[in-house]
Amino acid sequence: MIHLVALILKRRKICVIMWVKFMAISAGNNKPKFWSIRNIFYQSYRLKNRPELIIGLVALCFLSFVVLVPLLQIIKDALTFQSYDLAYEPDGVVGEFTLFHLDRVFNQPISAALFYKPLLNSLKMGFAVTVIALSVGFCLAWLMVRTNVYFKGIFGGMLVIPYMMPSWVMAIAWLSLFKNDRIGGSEGLLTYLTGVQAPDWVAYGFFPIVITLALHYYAYAYLLISGALATVDSELEEAGATSGMGKWKRIRVITMPLLMPAIGSAIVLTFIRILGTFGTPALLGLPVRFFTFSTQIYASINARNQGDAFVLALVLIVLAISFIWINSRIIGVRKSYVTMTGKGFRKSESDLGKMRWPVTVLLILFLCITVAMPLILLLWESLTLIPGDYSLSNLTTYFWKGQGDVSLAYGEPGIIHNKGILGALLNSIKLGFAAAIFNGILGLLVGYAVVRGRGDRLSKWLESIAFAPYIFPSIALGAIYIGMFSTSIGPIPALYGTFTILILITVIKNLPFTSRTGIAAILQIHQSLEEAARVQGIGWFRRMLRIIIPLSMSGLVAGMLLTFITAMRELSLIILLISPGNMVLTGLIFSYQEQDMAQHSSAVTLALVLIIITISVIVRVMSRSAGVGRLNVT
Amino acid sequence: MGQILLNGIVKSYGKEVVVKNLDLKVETGEFLTILGPSGCGKTTTLRMVAGLEEPDQGMIKLDDKVVFSRNDGVVVPPEARHLGLIFQSYALWPHMTVAKNITLALKEQKISKSEISDRLKNALEMVQLTGYAERYPSELSGGQQQRVAVARLIALRPKILLMDEPLSNLDAKLRTEMRASLKRLHRDLTATTVYVTHDQIEALTLSDRVIIMNEGRIMQEGSPYDIYHHPANIFVAEFIGDPGINLFEGKIDNGKIKCSDIEIPLPENFPKNKGRLIVGVRPEKIEVSKTKKNGWQEVVTGIIQPTGANTIIEVKAGETPITLLQNGFITLPENSKLWINFEHDTFSCFDPETQENLRNNVG
Repeated sequence: MIHLVALILKRRKICVIMWVKFMAISAGNNKPKFWSIRNIFYQSYRLKNRPELIIGLVALCFLSFVVLVPLLQIIKDALTFQSYDLAYEPDGVVGEFTLFHLDRVFNQPISAALFYKPLLNSLKMGFAVTVIALSVGFCLAWLMVRTNVYFKGIFGGMLVIPYMMPSWVMAIAWLSLFKNDRIGGSEGLLTYLTGVQAPDWVAYGFFPIVITLALHYYAYAYLLISGALATVDSELEEAGATSGMGKWKRIRVITMPLLMPAIGSAIVLTFIRILGTFGTPALLGLPVRFFTFSTQIYASINARNQGDAFVLALVLIVLAISFIWINSRIIGVRKSYVTMTGKGFRKSESDLGKMRWPVTVLLILFLCITVAMPLILLLWESLTLIPGDYSLSNLTTYFWKGQGDVSLAYGEPGIIHNKGILGALLNSIKLGFAAAIFNGILGLLVGYAVVRGRGDRLSKWLESIAFAPYIFPSIALGAIYIGMFSTSIGPIPALYGTFTILILITVIKNLPFTSRTGIAAILQIHQSLEEAARVQGIGWFRRMLRIIIPLSMSGLVAGMLLTFITAMRELSLIILLISPGNMVLTGLIFSYQEQDMAQHSSAVTLALVLIIITISVIVRVMSRSAGVGRLNVT
Repeated sequence: MGQILLNGIVKSYGKEVVVKNLDLKVETGEFLTILGPSGCGKTTTLRMVAGLEEPDQGMIKLDDKVVFSRNDGVVVPPEARHLGLIFQSYALWPHMTVAKNITLALKEQKISKSEISDRLKNALEMVQLTGYAERYPSELSGGQQQRVAVARLIALRPKILLMDEPLSNLDAKLRTEMRASLKRLHRDLTATTVYVTHDQIEALTLSDRVIIMNEGRIMQEGSPYDIYHHPANIFVAEFIGDPGINLFEGKIDNGKIKCSDIEIPLPENFPKNKGRLIVGVRPEKIEVSKTKKNGWQEVVTGIIQPTGANTIIEVKAGETPITLLQNGFITLPENSKLWINFEHDTFSCFDPETQENLRNNVG
């Protein structure tokens, strides 16, 4: 991982230079002169012969344009005087080099509120959530893979449901429970039932943010660690046992080191996501003016101080990169073990004995809190007529199918009659499908170019650049895209406020994962399968259609489903880019929540979660019945 | 029809040169085997002929048509070279039935439907897989998969067949069977065949001509008989033959080659002024007696390995280990005494410096 980051940092060259260098390398020595007509002919012949090079070059240029150029753009914007700065320094010359933004962010009285406090809050939040989420995820993974806890099948499916929900669903549920009279409006269930006001530190700020985020992000740690744990061959531990190690020593000396890479990537993934997450800190932090980096970037952009936002976004990226770097230093590149073996693979489950039932009950309780409770609270909230009154007599279906009564909720009609909501729903689904399809195609092409071009520098560059969006925290990437696409660039019109920019940023943000999927899918198709077709006279396009795509389908579908889910529930990434013209469900929920329209936001959130779960179940069933079982050949 | 010509081919991966200035000509209808240890450049050479790898320098001609030339800037892609290639892994498309595997390329060529079904039927008959058309590759045994790969090739009727270690994934018994059927296939199709292997038995049994490669160079080229009996250098002598050849370093002295523990009679017509040399004697060329004979050398037995029809006997003459190969199933206790004799003129002599065969130079 450090290698990739280093590559990205070092090789910030425009593609023309890459192309020239690449050609020079492939030309080598004692051959016709590079620029001779004959050699150019020869090289173009070669190129025609190697489709992966053409795809690689095109993909590299495209990705440089949508990933590296925007980054350079905000660095430039942060270091030059902008027209919106005239309000502070009327003598400034627009477009001139200036340290004004850096000075404001790091070195002025305002810096404490603008930078240092949010920095501290973000770091505190990041560490706390990572530690809790990782511990919870690890325990769950261990229970599910290595013990004989009951109902594994059902739990396995239930545990990943938080992963499918937007990360801030928990925050909305928390508010329904603990909301106090601080910000006015209705109060939560706790106050309704007991009459007690939850203290501010319970209702808002650091504590609830950490708890709600941890209850979402444990799913990532759980998925990564249980995946790794399932591939640790028990024979390795048994080998330890035969050489006289006790149970705990075996875990410490054998199992844990083997899990370290997975734990490491779980840490990085969680931490970077937390740094970039917007919804939860906004919902639970802003009422008490608890700012994190992400909410501060949002506030700066809203206050038209884009320069500040860009500097903050850059700091966020630097933080993420240094975090990846430190992590890879500790874990080390050498230690990315391959523990999977084809033979003699066995898993042993340890018997929980008397604890079997209690542990199972504990798991059920955990699932009730993380999965059932938020959904029930959302449903209940959406059915209350007057917010804050949770009695049965106050229940109504108005917010689901009301026609729009002027005396209620500013006259907003219920979900099924609300044009705004239905339009946003349509947009969300469109966004999900568009992102999934583009990501699928792009992931496949990048995977193809990277795998088939292995050994060439082009392949390495492409792999690095496809991975680059990983290190941009979501909100920072959003800020970058505001900087880049708010004006037209050459033939490309200003994309700000369009639906295209939402698709573009979603595709780019998901690219690290889909290109991984693409690379893995192409890697498992042995090169000879394609070569056999080639020698038999089958052209590139037909090979893709008849061989590569059918064989990589199962992996691709899984990757596309993931993109679809991510796109549907995404808020942090697109919050800076949505406007009434390209509103999606998540943005709408956020604005309802901001206007304290709890029933609407709960109803729409619930609808969103149900749609995501339904679609992912359908896709899973379909791809299973499509019969990919035949593909496991020698 | 079906001639292959390679001229001055050089190929390197990074700094490592894997094929060094290779010249090679394969005549129409010939069965040529490229034999060598792994990493010697044999598979790379085959893949360059197929067009799957690009040489750094040189020229390749198929049927008098230039398909690659670095100097003239010609690269014909594999799709347009019209040859057949069998992969070590068979490379059957796992998501297609046997029939589809065989007919996919035919369909791409816009061949008529009746012709396609004729060719399919014919190809399946030739590999004795009639009735397996609707199976998937994963439902076939290794040997059957191999035969599907062959059928796929037959259906296309190429004039040039390239085979990249096609038998190495099969078990020993199946390998012997498939060897015979590949030879039959070559005969029936009368196609020029280049066969790449590291297995000397395949090379010796199948080929009209064998090329032995090592470290990107051709070490020797000739008929299987020549390669076995007149190795051009120590590498070939050691590489061919199982059990391996015995090598003794010695000096010519008084009409004999004197090694540290043994003496070997000097062949006729041998230049007597040579200094040190290395003698290579094949294990089956050493006569063995259980009783003492005049002029024979006494040796002590070590490990005895009967393989059924033959027996490999390891012996020591003083400190020099010698391997013997005798017909029949022989059992002997360890440390028994035997007497051996070097048959006259049945061995090779090599120059220790150049490693070349001295007697080939003599004639």
